[in-house]
Amino acid sequence: MTHRTDTTTRIENVSRRNFLGTMLSAGAMILAVRCGVTEEAFDPKDIPAESAAFNPDVFLGIEPDGAVYIVAHRSEMGTGSKTSLPMIVADELGADWNKVVIQQAIGDPKYGDQNTDGSRSIRWFYSVMRETGATARMMLEQAAANRWGVPAAEVKTELHEVVHDGKRLGFGELVADAAKLDAPAKDALHFKDPSEYSYVGHEMPVDDLDDICTGAAVFGQDFQLDGMVYCSIEHAPALGGKVVSYDDKAALEQWGVEQTVELPAFTPPHVFQALGGVAVIANNTWSAFEGRKKLKIEWDLGANAAYNSDSYKRDLQKTARRKGKVVRDVGNVDREFRKGGKVLEAEYYVPHLAHAPMEPPAAVADYKDGKVTIWSCTQNPQAVQDAVSASLGIEKSDVTAHVTLLGGGFGRKSKPDYCCEAALLSRELGKPVKVAWSREDDIQFDYFHAVAALYLKARLGGDGKPTAWLQRSVFPPIGSTFAEGTTYAGAGEMGMGFSDVPFDIPNHRAENGPAPAHVRIGWMRSVANIYHAFAVHSFLDELAHAAGRDPAEYLLDVLGEDRHIDLTAQGVDYPNMGGPIEEYPLDTGRLRAVIERARDESGWGKRELPKGHALGIAAHRSFLTYVANVVEVAVDDAGTITIPRVDTVVDAGLTVHPERCRAQFEGAAVFGASLALMGEITATGGKIDQSNFHDYPVARIHQAPQQVNVYMIENDHPPAGIGEPGVPPFAPALTNAIFAATGKRIRELPLSKHSLA
Amino acid sequence: MVKLTVNGVEREFDGDPQIPLLWYLRDILSLTGSKFGCGMGLCGCCTVHLDGTPARSCVTPLEGLEGKSVVTIEALSADGSHPLQAAWRENNTPQCGYCQPGQIMQAAGLLADKPSPSDEDIDSSMQGNICRCGTYQRIRASIHQAAKEMA
Repeated sequence: MTHRTDTTTRIENVSRRNFLGTMLSAGAMILAVRCGVTEEAFDPKDIPAESAAFNPDVFLGIEPDGAVYIVAHRSEMGTGSKTSLPMIVADELGADWNKVVIQQAIGDPKYGDQNTDGSRSIRWFYSVMRETGATARMMLEQAAANRWGVPAAEVKTELHEVVHDGKRLGFGELVADAAKLDAPAKDALHFKDPSEYSYVGHEMPVDDLDDICTGAAVFGQDFQLDGMVYCSIEHAPALGGKVVSYDDKAALEQWGVEQTVELPAFTPPHVFQALGGVAVIANNTWSAFEGRKKLKIEWDLGANAAYNSDSYKRDLQKTARRKGKVVRDVGNVDREFRKGGKVLEAEYYVPHLAHAPMEPPAAVADYKDGKVTIWSCTQNPQAVQDAVSASLGIEKSDVTAHVTLLGGGFGRKSKPDYCCEAALLSRELGKPVKVAWSREDDIQFDYFHAVAALYLKARLGGDGKPTAWLQRSVFPPIGSTFAEGTTYAGAGEMGMGFSDVPFDIPNHRAENGPAPAHVRIGWMRSVANIYHAFAVHSFLDELAHAAGRDPAEYLLDVLGEDRHIDLTAQGVDYPNMGGPIEEYPLDTGRLRAVIERARDESGWGKRELPKGHALGIAAHRSFLTYVANVVEVAVDDAGTITIPRVDTVVDAGLTVHPERCRAQFEGAAVFGASLALMGEITATGGKIDQSNFHDYPVARIHQAPQQVNVYMIENDHPPAGIGEPGVPPFAPALTNAIFAATGKRIRELPLSKHSLA
Repeated sequence: MVKLTVNGVEREFDGDPQIPLLWYLRDILSLTGSKFGCGMGLCGCCTVHLDGTPARSCVTPLEGLEGKSVVTIEALSADGSHPLQAAWRENNTPQCGYCQPGQIMQAAGLLADKPSPSDEDIDSSMQGNICRCGTYQRIRASIHQAAKEMA
């Protein structure tokens, strides 16, 4: 993973170029922003100077009637970033929000990173949005100052007007003049004081709220084109399986079915290719689904037909008991363990999980004359361009990737295999095609969250604190999806709550063992933090009880003095989620502060709890954000678990939309409850055993935490992640609470496998 | 031939009457406000009103709907002003929004039945509607708010 940088971002006045055919008129003032914010090493000289002119998408346009168009270049899947990012632009500009129109971007490398995951929309683009708004504001100010014959420094913008000493000019009146000015240089930009902001930091309705509540919002599954056919694809039951032969006679007799098409199996590594299989084409989705049921297919299941998750689990656990590849080594744990005394060991296990967004993946493709246009619920329209161009053997620039709203993503929709399927079928059939995945397709052919086995061992000193700590993590890595045969984790996965455990322990070693993948492995909301946080924070709670200490006080004690931990100096390959370490240090003081606040807000040790109720605590830094959770659990005599209350304290630095931030942490508690209580994907003979919400349940309203209180700590640290960091500390806080309530230690998820009666 | 009323408009369908109402609405009438989430009546995304009562349209074949009246989220109110829609907006209830039409239609059925529901009533009526984003506590608050508004 490379560090993000925005030093190459360029903002240009492109008003005089031809933007006919866009939403903007010939008289508009238009700023193009070429973002240097990307995951890859990037040279601004690589961007064609005229790219904005050839591809008429821009970041900001102001019409002579005053309408302000702001391009949303990230995907909206529920975090609110489609609203939050334009809020920053509008505030710096001084725009009236009622005159702002948000326009969803297509995929284009000039926007920099568009992969809406990794909890980075705000943390990577806050500065770019401010600069864009400030650039336009200063041009409008200059235009007004010229007209009035006063210094530009004396004028300012207020609610869509430039003002000076009682004089006012609306943005629209200034557009023609401002469009003729050069954009100010980056180092000449000046910014508003945050106290002047009307939108950032305030509660704002999200852009699509009205449409969502009336059913007018268009998601990927909803998109339609005239003359479009509907396709559903039967994939090989095991990853890498191939069609030997098939009989579609009965399928073709199904009302509405028009034909079938065989899609070839992919050639490894998988990346985001179409899986292959047999597609049924119909004049409606249901007929395509029904036709599929009537196919008779003989499969060559391939090598992964030997995959059984039960025996695989035992293999992972065996590996975790052996020494692995060392990823962090402080002091000498072996020498310390040889001293004997109070030594504890524990093993933890978290199964495969499926993302299960409410909207199963879907894409519409229209292939014509060597070019293809895609409309899909994608988290990453540039990945759609890359994957589809590779599938069809056409240029990336010949793939136009539109982004609909996403009915949830959670990382699944960063992987555009379904877009490749639609594109291949549209080329084959010569007409627009919709590929709609069923729920069964979604669960059985996911890019699964990795199954993980963990082993932890610690020696306690005379004061009860650990003097040595050994941790091992073994899971099939995400790298296996991109390079066949990858068995060891990447530094990114290790850096998710494993190589960066922030405890003050003099002898500390972290190891990773190898694990081969037999299904597609992908990133799911919070990624490797999920199993790492579960094991690490459960084990710490075990040590607290072994030492006879209060878990919250013990956690603070083991965290140690407030300090910035320099993992690089310890020899750790630590990408810090793309955050420069000088801007985003691993700061135990901030972690301490959220723990103390959560302890106090939850009434830890003070609140009277009914019989069967207890509290558990866990705190975790991920996606550069510090989160502490106190979960209240209630376990009745029958062993039934309910979660009456969760107190979540968050330090994510500067927040743009605090209300949507709280919503993300409310939702993260529910996502965490789903995986802790009931989430489990297993495989037999290479085939996933689960298929829909009856056997892959997720938390419903009566099972989810009943009350989640979220407290956002206000400060001016750089903005950090919001979408994901709420999930990791939930499961260990819950199982620590269950231990406090029942004396039963849960070392394997989900809880549905255990009896608490 | 099946004859039914959808959002006040009389409709006729002469295809395979086994087609579930959801796909008739979405793919044939292009009323895509009712969502596809599971196809088994497990998630509630597809909830519509059938003669005034919430029903899972993904498991309701058209053949049983002769003479029935279907109302979808698009016609719950003429202008999005139903007290539930207003409360949903006021509480910023949706995250991704995909399940919310089904949630709102189910909640409208609950309030028709129980104008002033308890938390338990809400949990009991709404537990067939999954929200993967986890907006349940705002759904609960919004239902209470709409109930007060309608009282």
